[in-house]
Formats: sequence, C-alpha cells, structure tokens
Amino acid sequence: MTASAAIGISRLTHRYGSRVALDALDLDIAPGELFAILGPNGSGKTTLFRLLSTLTAPQQGSIEVLGCDIVRDRRAVQQSLGVVFQAPSLDKKLTVRENLRYHGPLVGLWGRALDEATTELLARFDVADRAADLAETLSGGLRRRVELAKGLLHRPPLLLLDEPSTGLDPGARNDLWRYLRELREHDGVTIVLTTHLLEEADRADRLAIFDRGKLVALDAPDRLRATVAGDSITIETADPAALVGELSRQLGLAAAVVDGRVRLEHPDGPRLVPRIMDACSARIQAITLGRPTLEDVFIARTGRRMQNDE
Amino acid sequence: MNDLRVIWSLAARELVRFFRQRNRVIGALGQPLIFWLLFSAGLGPSFRLPGSGTGEGGESYAEYFFPGTVALILLFTAIFATISIIEDRREGFLQSVLVAPIPRWSMVLGKLLGGTLVAVAQGLLFLLLGLTLGLHYSVVSLVAITAFMFTLALALTGLGFVIAWRMDSTQGFHAVMSVFLFPMWLLSGAFFPAEHGWLAWVLAANPMTYGVAGLRQLLYLHPGAEAGAATLALPSLATCWIVTLLFAAITFAASCKMAGTRTTGDLL
Repeated sequence: MTASAAIGISRLTHRYGSRVALDALDLDIAPGELFAILGPNGSGKTTLFRLLSTLTAPQQGSIEVLGCDIVRDRRAVQQSLGVVFQAPSLDKKLTVRENLRYHGPLVGLWGRALDEATTELLARFDVADRAADLAETLSGGLRRRVELAKGLLHRPPLLLLDEPSTGLDPGARNDLWRYLRELREHDGVTIVLTTHLLEEADRADRLAIFDRGKLVALDAPDRLRATVAGDSITIETADPAALVGELSRQLGLAAAVVDGRVRLEHPDGPRLVPRIMDACSARIQAITLGRPTLEDVFIARTGRRMQNDE
Repeated sequence: MNDLRVIWSLAARELVRFFRQRNRVIGALGQPLIFWLLFSAGLGPSFRLPGSGTGEGGESYAEYFFPGTVALILLFTAIFATISIIEDRREGFLQSVLVAPIPRWSMVLGKLLGGTLVAVAQGLLFLLLGLTLGLHYSVVSLVAITAFMFTLALALTGLGFVIAWRMDSTQGFHAVMSVFLFPMWLLSGAFFPAEHGWLAWVLAANPMTYGVAGLRQLLYLHPGAEAGAATLALPSLATCWIVTLLFAAITFAASCKMAGTRTTGDLL
C-alpha cells in the first residue's frame, strides 16, 4: 500500500464461521476520492464497511486509515472518521439540534465550538428551519441530511456511508449526491460509500466491485465499462427473422432475436449503426444503441447477473 | 475530563427521552403506586408482622410495603431505561456511539447513570407519599435515602444492561422480567417477610433483600418510628450498604465486560 493513501487495506480476510466474507483483500483509497463499493447482498461489502467503521475488529490482515492502524490506534481512527449508517442513527425522540448537541461530546466537541458547528452544518444541509423539530417528524431525505450533519460534526477528513440511498426517493437521492460532491470539492473530504445500485456506483470517481468476498473490478466507472467488449444494438422491426438474414447477408453480422427484437453486439456501435441504416433502412422501425453498463461489467467478470432486491 | 462530558451527555439524553415519553413516566411510577394502594387496602386488615403482637402497636401493611414499593419503582425504572438499549441497537443510535472515539466504559456509565437518575427522581417523588403515613424526613435521612436509592438503582440498571445487551427484541426482555426480575423483587422482603424455612434462605441470598432492608431502615431512621423496623430481624444497615455497593460494582463491571463483546444484533 502507498503511504499517502486515505485508506490502505492489505490481506484483509474475514470469516463468519466457515463462510469467507472477505478473502485476502488488498485495496487503497486515495485522499479526496469519492469511492463506491458495489456488490450484491453477501458480496462482502457490508462486512468491509463494518470493519472500516471500527464496528468489527479485523480477524486477519490490516487496515490503515490516514496512516493509523485501525486496531492499535483505534481512537485516532475513530476521531478521523464520520460514519453514516444504513439504519438511521438519530434519536427520534430528540429534536434535530438535540441530536447533534448530545453527540458533540462523544466526538470531542462542546460549548461554543459545538453550537457553531451545529448551526453551520444544519444551514449547509438546508435543515436549519427544522432544528427544533423532533427527528421522528422528518422525512427520510431530511433525516439522512441530519445524519450527514451528525457524522460530519467533528470535521472528519473521511466520511463512510452505508447504502446512503436506501429509502430515499429520486429527488432526495440527487440532493444527497449534490451534498456529497460539494463536501468532496470544497472540504476535500474523502468519501467512501457502499451501494448495491448501479446508477449510484456510476456517480463515483472510482469503484470497487465485490462478489462473494472477492474484489472483481477496481477502476473509474467509465474505464470499467470500456473493458467490456462492445456496444449493444437493438432494432425494432416487423419481421425480425428476415432482418437477421439480411444483416448476415449484406454486412456479415451475427444478430439474434431476443424478445421479438433483433439484438447484436459490436465493438464499435456508433460506426456500425449508420451502416445498418444504409443497408436495411426499409425494415427498421427503431434502432437503439446501448453503451455497456456496470451490470455488463459485473456479468463479464463473474458470469452472473447482479441480483438486486430493489 | 472529556470522559465526564461524554458520560453526562449520554445520561442527559436518557433523562430528556424519559420525561418526553409520558407513558414511561406513568408506567414506572403508576404500577407500583397502584400495587401499594391496592395491596395495602386488601392485605392490610389480615397482615401481622412476625413477632409483633396482635392489635395495636404493630406496623400497618401500608407502612411495611412502602420501602418495597420504592424498590419496585427503582426496579421498573431501571428496567425501562435499559430496555432502550435494544431499541437503540435496532434503530442504529447505538452504532453511532460504538464508533465514537470514546472508551467503552464511559458509554456504559453514561447509560447506567441516565437510568439511575431517572429512577432516583421517581423514587423521591414517591417518598412524598410517605408523609401521608406519618413518615418524617430530616435533611440527613433524605441525603442518606437518596444516596442509597442511587446505589441500588445503579445496581439494578447495571443488571438490566447485562440482560438487555445481548437481546435483539424487547419481548425477550419482558420474559426475563416476569420470570427473574419480578420474582427477585417479590423475594426480597419487599412484599412479605420470611424468617424461617427455605424462603428465608432465598431472601438471604438475594442482593435485592439488602436493598429493601436498607431502604426500610433509612426510611424509619428518625426517632419515634423505630417500632416498625425493630420488630423485623433485618440485616444491619452497614451490611445493607456493603452488599448494595458490591451489587452495583459487580453489575457495572459485568456491563463493561458485556459491552466489550459483540452481538449478532450488530450485524444488522
């Protein structure tokens, strides 16, 4: 691992009984990155989150956070981490402001410094007007923002989020991402989040895909997609079989009929589409060019579809 | 110094939560109050303390049962306060405390102190009713009673913590409550005295007995009211203090040890 990494993981293995949840994982996350950990249920991503957040102690291998060992320098690591859990950690019977007030001393903040940090963070996440309301009266999106404020109260250089979009509607999801980007850009906070949503992982700077405890892919989303051979072209037509024959005869393409539509894959879709249009335009009702998705990446690396329960 | 702030912050949260949920206040204070009123009315006429003669001079059941009711209030409040650990874990609040840069014992002490303070406040409120029995409190006796209630409540909150820490549902806690905690109170001399046979042995082995006996002696400490307590063969006040302090120390140590272990509930 490199000395300058925000998080350095080496040879990390974790077992539950005989089941291996993480298998000899090596991974570095750079400072200032917005890093996503993607994987289906049981891929090991939740285990990794629990290890990174210090909720679980490592069994084998090591984790360093900003140069501090997560076991030996546990308190120092905890001081530099902001953690937002999937289950909302707000006390519903307390007001928004009280939630932060009683959390402050736990992260070394009190008195005026705490008041100022609270006021600033509530304003920043646009929940200042709800400060006096009980947490239980807040919508899911607002609650998640207060969670963010709570996690960031002590200005940690590193923010961990576990499935932050869970239970949020699309609007609230977009807001959340806007806040995360802003944090990264203005405050240089390194952000690490787990997700099982492809479109969420797509928004990260870099992405680690996990399957059955193993790291199967690690790169920027675009570069990962670029590793998948081709684009997919889907054509709607009245007579699919005839079109498949025509494509084969005229352009030497191997197309297939999938769900009543003609589908084929090609390394360079954008160049091929005009050729198809020139050759068989009379038969074509609609033609769609699909770029590879992270799902395709997952399939290419594991041979299986990602099982999403949403 | 910062550890003290952490402890106070966690305890203050418990206090705010408790007094904001009116049903908890009613539950912890109301049931013992009803017990006290109804049992005193129902059992009073047929109750005779061992050793006391028939007729005048003996302690009324309302008086006998009074210290036990205080103990019951402490027990109920301590239990309700620690049940919230299960909710805290399920709702995710506990996780945010567990990953905070604080020593584990300060988290435990904060939780226990919160429950203890709530219990003592309720106990003091109930003591007001003692005035109707003709009890008199002096400054000294009130300080002593408060200190004793604090120690006993701390012990009981610690006991609740140890039980609640590994549980993932409040239903489980209610079962423990009926088959263990409530009988522990019943067999403490709170409800009836026992000086012979196996019951006496159970009483002697029950740490709660010393809590109730300590309260009984402190409540009837003032001159002229020693008649009630004197007719019972109670452990000495010093013994009651020692046992209760030990009880609190042991449950606190067990809570800290427990909190260092992880439970399957964390895997949520």
